[in-house]
Amino acid sequence: MINGSHITLGLESSCDETAVGIVQDGRKILSNVISSQIDIHTRFGGVVPEIASRKHLECVNSVIDLSLKEAGVTMDQVDLIGVTYGPGLVGSLLVGVAAAKAMAFACGKPLVGVNHMQGHIASNYLEYPELEPPFMALVVSGGHTNIVNVVDYNRCETLGSTRDDAAGEAFDKIARVIGLGYPGGPKVDKAARNGDPEAIHFKRVYLEPGSYDFSFSGLKTQALNYLNSERQAGREISVPDVAASFQEAVVDVIADKAVAAAREYGRDRIVMAGGVASNSRLRKVLGERAAEYGIEILKPAPVLCTDNGVMIACSAYYEGKKGNFAGPELDAVPGLEF
Amino acid sequence: MREEDAKQRVLRAQNEEDTKRIAMDIAGRLHAGDVVALIGDLGTGKTTFTKYLAQGLGITENISSPTFNIVKEHYGGRLPLYHFDVYRLGSGQELIDIGAEDYFYGDGVSVVEWADLVMDCLPEDAIIIEISYGEREGERIYRCAF
Repeated sequence: MINGSHITLGLESSCDETAVGIVQDGRKILSNVISSQIDIHTRFGGVVPEIASRKHLECVNSVIDLSLKEAGVTMDQVDLIGVTYGPGLVGSLLVGVAAAKAMAFACGKPLVGVNHMQGHIASNYLEYPELEPPFMALVVSGGHTNIVNVVDYNRCETLGSTRDDAAGEAFDKIARVIGLGYPGGPKVDKAARNGDPEAIHFKRVYLEPGSYDFSFSGLKTQALNYLNSERQAGREISVPDVAASFQEAVVDVIADKAVAAAREYGRDRIVMAGGVASNSRLRKVLGERAAEYGIEILKPAPVLCTDNGVMIACSAYYEGKKGNFAGPELDAVPGLEF
Repeated sequence: MREEDAKQRVLRAQNEEDTKRIAMDIAGRLHAGDVVALIGDLGTGKTTFTKYLAQGLGITENISSPTFNIVKEHYGGRLPLYHFDVYRLGSGQELIDIGAEDYFYGDGVSVVEWADLVMDCLPEDAIIIEISYGEREGERIYRCAF
């Protein structure tokens, strides 16, 4: 408690970021410390789980200390601890869960287990202090592509998800094939800016009419077939054109489905979340299509789109308000669903 | 669509329907503790093959790519299915470190995508299936060493 306001500490370690954020009254960011492992994993072309968990272990304590220091908050003043318990890599999650449980036990603080995906949606409450449910959420990241109907702070239903590859995963894989490297999303985004999105036509996969599910595996195969046939024919491949055309096919389907879901459920706002939410083309196309129907697009700043601790703190704050506390039996759940 | 070879069976699928038939047929012959090692390039359909293998086991939930989580567990079928994607792992040892042996020698069937990256750590009697592109678009060749 500081001058009557509630202080939440949020800890996130589900993938390659060790992050701790401190939030006042669920909405105001006091500190947001993120220790990224991207440099380490770039060498391997992706996150290496064993290295990831070791790195989390090495830096979790200093990230906690730094976050408290930057916020000007002492552990005594923290009212609630929130931690991501899934989905993610088991070894990575365990480091955060163990650290949070130890802190909660040692300092006598209540603990909340947070669903990482719920956290991504919550990042919008920090970007937009006036935002309140209900709204439609579009969560796009390396492991997820979901359209979520957010009914209340703690209540949401998934209307659609990917049946094979996530959008970010599709970007990662195609980036690897055309030699752009890791992380694929930002690299494809950047390369695409110099390319023609209509240079190569990749078929859009919409699945059954009315479905909000996604499938990007076929698109990946189409792109591979294209690259193979061009190579066999001895033709030069334009990396910017492939990146732009591939990205356009992904973005087209995501934007159409998100807008269709918002319209069907009568939502006037679509809230973006997850790493791929910072894709510049997706932001632009979705914004244009939504505007045709008077739907507003909310998009958090890129720093809030990546994995961070403040979104976990925010989500924990609202879970805590509902009394959804966790005990010492809290465990990592790598395959946690919404 | 079947060619006999001295060491391995070669199955050809002209389309996804054929893949479905092949995978479901294999699923019918799997036992608890079996490890299916899938080897094939990006886009050859390892996850698609696994999807039909799961159907053959009677699993009704959707099988999506486990690349992000490394392993996904699926229940509700004749046997549990543990679906691995080791694309992001650096070595077989890392697979052991995340507890893979508990799955391999457990009460279900394990499927490992990108198995060539971790061959040294798979059980010796793993069921190896190599998937490659055929000559025509959509065609896939399955080389089964069992």
